[in-house]
Formats: sequence, C-alpha cells, structure tokens
Amino acid sequence: MYTFDYARPESLKDVATALRKQGEAKLLAGGQSLVQALRLRLAHPPALVDLQAIPELRGIAVANNVVSVGAMTRHAEVAASREIQRAIPALAKLAAGIGDRQVRNQGTIGGSLANADPGADYPAAVLGLGANIVTNKREIPADKFFLGLFETALKPGELIVRVDFPLPLRAGYAKFRNPASRFALVGVFVCDTTSGVRVAVTGAGPCVFRAKRMEKVLAKDFTPQAVEKIVLPAEGLNTDIHAQADYRAHLVTVMAQRAVEAAAKL
Amino acid sequence: MTTPLALKVNGNAVSVQVEPRTLLVQLLRETLRLTGTHVGCDTGQCGACTVHLDGRAVKSCTMLAVQAAGCEITTIEGVAAPSGDLHPMQAAFKEHHGLQCGFCTPGMVMNAIDLARSKADLSEAEVRGGLDGNLCRCTGYQNIVKAVLAGAAAMRS
Ligand SMILES: Cc1cc2nc3c(=O)[nH]c(=O)nc-3n(C[C@H](O)[C@H](O)[C@H](O)COP(=O)(O)OP(=O)(O)OC[C@H]3O[C@@H](n4cnc5c(N)ncnc54)[C@H](O)[C@@H]3O)c2cc1C
Ligand code: FES
Ligand code: FES
Repeated sequence: MYTFDYARPESLKDVATALRKQGEAKLLAGGQSLVQALRLRLAHPPALVDLQAIPELRGIAVANNVVSVGAMTRHAEVAASREIQRAIPALAKLAAGIGDRQVRNQGTIGGSLANADPGADYPAAVLGLGANIVTNKREIPADKFFLGLFETALKPGELIVRVDFPLPLRAGYAKFRNPASRFALVGVFVCDTTSGVRVAVTGAGPCVFRAKRMEKVLAKDFTPQAVEKIVLPAEGLNTDIHAQADYRAHLVTVMAQRAVEAAAKL
Repeated sequence: MTTPLALKVNGNAVSVQVEPRTLLVQLLRETLRLTGTHVGCDTGQCGACTVHLDGRAVKSCTMLAVQAAGCEITTIEGVAAPSGDLHPMQAAFKEHHGLQCGFCTPGMVMNAIDLARSKADLSEAEVRGGLDGNLCRCTGYQNIVKAVLAGAAAMRS
C-alpha cells in the first residue's frame, strides 16, 4: 500500500473543503472495496476522507411512499431494518445476501453504488426500483447513474448523501452468486409499479442494465412463465474465468423467473 | 507520516502513532503483539482476521487502523473470563472438536460470538450461512457448526 493522508471530517461542509484542498483525495466509507484496492495498489490516492463521523449520511426513514437510506448505512442495518422489511422486503433480502456477515457489518450502500462493481447487488435494486440518488449537489435518477464498468455519473467533489426508493407494488430479487466471492454472477431485480414493470440485471454486463423486453411482457403477464422464453443476446455480456457470456445470458432468464416468483409471493 | 490513534482493545486504552495505511490487523499483531488474530488471505475472504468493532464482527485485514479510532476492539485474547475460564463459545469448540490445525479458529469464534448474540435460537442453516465469511481448510465444517450451535446455547443459559 502506498502512503496517504487521512481525515475524518464531521460535517458535509468540511468534506467539501477537504476535497477542494486535495483534488485527488478519495472518500472512505466502509473500506470493503477501497481497502482491497489500496492493498492491490489499484488505487493510490494522496489522501482519504473518512465519512463515518457525518450524521447526515446515516439512518433509514420511511415517509410519503419513499424509503430513504443514508449513504453510510451498512448492509447489515438495511437487512435488519423492520421498516424496510415491511416496505420493500426485496431490498432487505438483497442486503442480507451481500457478501458475508463481516462484510455486511462494515460495507455501506453509498460505497457500493459509488464503486459500481459489475457484480454488485445494490445497483440492481436501485435501477430496478427506479430510485433517486441524492448527492451533496443534486438528485440523480437511477437510469442516469450507472455509466459503465466501475463508472458512475458522480463528478469530482460529489458524494452520495442518501438513496430514495419509491415504494413498489411488489418486487423481487434473485441472484446466482459466485460461490467464492459472493458477488452476483448474475442477479435480476424485478419491480411492479403503477407505471409499469422494471427489470434490472447485474453481473451480466459491464454495469447494471434494464431488460426492456422482459419489462414489456411482464407488464401484461406478471408470471415466471412470461419470461421463460426470453433470452438476452450473449453479445456484449461478460465473459471471464467464472462464466461465459452465453451462460450468463441463460442465467438472466432463470434469475428473472425466480425474481418474479419471489415478488409474486410477497 | 504518522498520526495519533486512540482506541480501546480488550478493555484497555491504547494510544499509539500509526501510519494511516496501517491495517487494523497489523496494529493488533505487529504493534500490540496480539497474534491470536490471524491473516489467512490477501483478499478479505477467509475471515481468520475477524475481530469485534464495537461488538460487530468485522475483518481486521479489510479496514485501516485509523477507521477504528475512538472504537472498542475485542480480539480472541479478550473473550475468556479474567479467571482464565474459556468463553462458552471457545469451550464449545474444544468440546465438539471444532478445530484441527486451529488456524481459522480465532476468526470462527469471534464471528460465532457475534452471530449468537444477533439472534436467539439459531438454526443449523443460519449457522452455516452465518459462517459464509470464514474458511476452514481442515475440518469440513461439520464440527464447527456443531460447536457454534452448542456455544450459542451455552451463551444463552
Ligand atoms: C469478501 C467480500 C465479499 C463481497 N461480496 C459482495 C456481494 O456479494 N455483493 C455486493 O454487492 N458487494 C459485495 N462486496 C462489496 C461490499 O458490498 C462493499 O461494501 C461495497 O462494494 C463498498 O462499500 P464500502 O462502504 O465498503 O465502500 P468503500 O470501500 O469505502 O468505498 C468504495 C468506493 O466508493 C466511494 N465512496 C464511498 N462512499 C461514498 C459516498 N457516500 N459518495 C461517493 N463515493 C463514495 C469510495 O471513494 C470508493 O471509491 C464484497 C466485499 C468483500 C470484501
Ligand atoms: S485475512 Fe483473510 S479475510 Fe482477513
Ligand atoms: S482447523 Fe485448520 S483451517 Fe480450520
């Protein structure tokens, strides 16, 4: 690991000041991805700005049909939240399936979204539910947030403050997890709303994306059978040591069926 | 460049100078000589380094020591009674042969204690799922699961 400076500001204003002083500084949330990247020297920022002492970034609130989750809320807190279990059970279940207990005890939703790992779980819920990402500068709709492999719409100096999830009619998530890393080999989040169905796929492409053909058929017939025959073209999907593109395409169909089944049960 | 760091480890106040890049596990093992916390991998996957950070099981190789400033850390050295009597979870691992070489054991025990506190009446499936973040290369897990179930029951009584 290369050396770096460390700061733990106590307000959003002080974070902004720290980032202005040190343009190349990186924000530190739980460290579950960033510390690994530092150890591998994939990241070598001159300074880290730790977000753990900022009260505005914490907490879960449900009001006016919106579930708000602070950026520094840990996966374990989302999984255990009675309010989220009641309002969007699929979201609590997704959080309970991230990594392992120790990772869930330390990793945060803000860190997961900013990191935009191609196999991360939260992006599927954020895009599937059509959430809004609230930063210290603006609100970014999920459809405009994920731009590519580890790439988001966040600008330098911008940080996620919270995520606002609109309440769905019903939603479900199914993930085929990589048995070693626990990340999604493929994960599909389906969400039924008054304005239509949304289907978000993670793990299969460079970043999370919507499966519009599945959305169309599910809007008419919200059953696992409706998507049974829809297979995404393998072209453009990820191929790596864990799975080939055509196998991932197959998994999308299977996970979509399971996600619809899970949603229908609630 | 070093920075001052104050935290509590196993109930004792610790005040040291560290480089911000020091991992929590390095502070514990190399500076404080608490070598019960093990390092089994380079990727945050084996769980041998599990300690409690304000009561929550975390991987001490996947966080910086400075992140724990002002916090309370408990390591495997801090769970037995002052008299030397083993913690009920440690005793259960001994009783049920929950270890062979013992390398994974400190992390297993620390995670298991937190798991047992998180929920009463754990099922076998919940114990297996709860141990997702701890790898053992020796036992095949059967006796570890037995030990955790027994240890959790002993902690409740
Ligand atoms: C063994 C292991 C297994 C895992 N398995 C899974 C899994 O199954 N599914 C899954 O989804 N994830 C998994 N993860 C990743 C985990 O969920 C991380 O918690 C997450 O990716 C990063 O969150 P963090 O809070 O630790 O962020 P950090 O590692 O601290 O930061 C990650 C990045 O986000 C930036 N950042 C952090 N907070 C903000 C903010 N508020 N605003 C803007 N930028 C910010 C940082 O600068 C950094 O670039 C796993 C990790 C490990 C170590
Ligand atoms: S040493 Fe393997 S997870 Fe920490
Ligand atoms: S007892 Fe040897 S690794 Fe678990």
